[in-house]
Amino acid sequence: MTSLHVGTLDQPTAGGRSRPGEPLLEVAGLCADYGIGPDAVHAVLDADLVLHRGEVLGLAGESGSGKSTFAYAATRLLRAPGVITGGSVRFHLGQGRDIDLLAADESQLRRLRWAHVAVVLQSAMNALNPVFSVGDQLGDVLQAHRPDMDRAARRDRAVQLLDMVGITADRLRSYPHELSGGMRQRVMIAMALALEPQMVIMDEPTTALDVVTQREILEELAALRDRLGFAVLFITHDLSLLIEIADSIAIMYGGRIVERARATALFRAPRHPYTLGLLGSFPSLHGSRVHMTGIAGSPPDLRNPPAGCPFHPRCRYVMDRCRTELPPLRPVARADVQNPRVAACWLQDGSAPPPAELARPEPGPGPEPAPDPGLAVGTNRPTAGTGGTVADTGTDTTGGAA
Amino acid sequence: MTAPGAAPALPVTGTPVLEARSLVKHFPVHRRGRRTQRGAVVHAVDDVSIAVPEASITAVVGESGCGKSTLTRMLARLIRPTAGELVLNGSPAARPDAREYAGQVQMVLQDPFASLNLVHTVRYHLARPLRIHGLGPDGNSLDDEITSLLKRVALSPQDADKYPHELSGGQRQRVAIARALAVRPRVLLADEPVSMLDVSIRLGVLNLLADLRERERLAIVYVTHDIASARYLGDTIAVMYAGQIIERGPAATVTDQPSHPYTQLLLAAAPDPDRPSPPTLRGRGAPPSLVSPPAGCRFHPRCPYAMAVCARQAPPSIEVASGHVSACWLHAKDADPDTPRNPDPVPGSIPLTMASQQDSRPPRGEST
Repeated sequence: MTSLHVGTLDQPTAGGRSRPGEPLLEVAGLCADYGIGPDAVHAVLDADLVLHRGEVLGLAGESGSGKSTFAYAATRLLRAPGVITGGSVRFHLGQGRDIDLLAADESQLRRLRWAHVAVVLQSAMNALNPVFSVGDQLGDVLQAHRPDMDRAARRDRAVQLLDMVGITADRLRSYPHELSGGMRQRVMIAMALALEPQMVIMDEPTTALDVVTQREILEELAALRDRLGFAVLFITHDLSLLIEIADSIAIMYGGRIVERARATALFRAPRHPYTLGLLGSFPSLHGSRVHMTGIAGSPPDLRNPPAGCPFHPRCRYVMDRCRTELPPLRPVARADVQNPRVAACWLQDGSAPPPAELARPEPGPGPEPAPDPGLAVGTNRPTAGTGGTVADTGTDTTGGAA
Repeated sequence: MTAPGAAPALPVTGTPVLEARSLVKHFPVHRRGRRTQRGAVVHAVDDVSIAVPEASITAVVGESGCGKSTLTRMLARLIRPTAGELVLNGSPAARPDAREYAGQVQMVLQDPFASLNLVHTVRYHLARPLRIHGLGPDGNSLDDEITSLLKRVALSPQDADKYPHELSGGQRQRVAIARALAVRPRVLLADEPVSMLDVSIRLGVLNLLADLRERERLAIVYVTHDIASARYLGDTIAVMYAGQIIERGPAATVTDQPSHPYTQLLLAAAPDPDRPSPPTLRGRGAPPSLVSPPAGCRFHPRCPYAMAVCARQAPPSIEVASGHVSACWLHAKDADPDTPRNPDPVPGSIPLTMASQQDSRPPRGEST
């Protein structure tokens, strides 16, 4: 672990595919507020998260749960009035070098951003500059970060990048308004990947798109991830989508991470009542139509958060302790070593057996990670024969037919 | 095309309260500085017929630009159809009686943050339609009416004196629904009523609509892009593509045995955590330009099963099962002889659909 010199950031990382599975971004105890002083709103509280190389980590939660604030704080992209008030963030560049992002100065950040950490925003229309053509904007990135490239090389690279996301070279001269929503989002992805970053933050990248376009873009993204090996921090409110595309998922509620698990484990065997409620908020596409209830109440007002567990006013399993004591995010008492599960809930502290819905058996570990590290981690899903539970939609099946 | 005369009867649970017959809406195109055809129009809605029976929910599903909102606006008579007619309670709705029509057909909009007036209380929002429609009693009984409206949407009477900013998104949408109910309508048009709400509170609003269908025997049109919620809430699902209804039938049937290739595509693309492996999309691409829609079936340029006839002639609505109609030549009896027909599976289609996935799920647990 050497201290980082500005120069080391400029060294290209070998294809970005050094040893998948190693930690890439380690966040511990991160806190972020909006505003300062006694009126500050605590948007992110004591959040721990590790993003591994080549992994798709989903961050799910409702609006105001702090998921975007977390991602922007962790990468120092948070703008005033957002303030990072505590915690540590380490970004591993590979070969034993790492960087303390919260201590990094502007010039270090400038070299880190885009080259190592890139962002794809929800609203491509606002993220792209309306008065420059797509080619100009791609060239601009390359000119700033790859000063050794000449004009022709930049153009070739821009063509190559657009080709990567399925856009023909004649679109280089197009302006953002001339592209469809899906194409704009593809341009955003091409731009994010221009410098072969090791990590891409995707903040609701497909929320504004139609389902067919969304699916096409997610397919392309999965193929690119397999080829280039970058890690993705995928932020969305759509948990049902996340379960399909993410390797592991962290659920945020009221500024805190309340549960973290592999995607299939979270889906088949949630441990936090909020996760259970969220899973029960998405009507299924199969089976008999059953009455579902969602979650009673509303998300907390962060200006005036509830005492104790932030979820307790809406929780149907609430106990006295929940109203006064904040449950820490810690390993679930019965979790096995292979699949570390953490949840912030007093029901899971081992003192009493949790309700059956929150104690479903873990699904099998799934196929072992493929021997070829370049293969899709996304294929790490349960298939026939991996045991565990018989498919349970994870929805609340109590109550009469709808 | 949905030929109203030939179209088989809908799965009707009651008499249609509101019926649209062959509605057409063409928006003129005005473009400066470019070569444009004189008289070019956007074919936003073309020949759509829909009947909304009492005490039922009709879900209209489609992607953005398919014309579902234009259809809703015509049903609400906010815009005038280019052609076609609206039939309310069995008699054609004539133009002049706009207020009377609004007393029967009310609308709930997508964004409750924009559809309520920030400077007025909930009470004002609920009293206004009562006054305008001459339903408002005075004094205490107005309060009673407002209290009863709030109770019907599961809000508390104390909420009457709150301002929209004091309410959560779900509560605001309930106020918007209460406002629509104030004039005691028979038809409620809900255009994406939950897409702006947080995931955990969407079901609360959907369940409220389901309750209103039962309790008040309302005919509800639920417009959405989310086919899973349409399956959850709808009695009937109508799928729209490029300005036309391409499939219609009982909600569970349309989603479990989709008969139109576009419905199959929509279902394959929809998020589904139960899916054992990534879906295969058949019919990639984007909807056509509605200024010059393709001849024949509007889906044929993308359709994986397109035949010669699809490019020549628009498919009629064909009944594939009782109450389940599909505008697709694959289901025609006299289509090309080598074409598979219903009930034979459309080639490659059934693996996309739900039936086979359900088959593939149980072995996961058994073969441990």
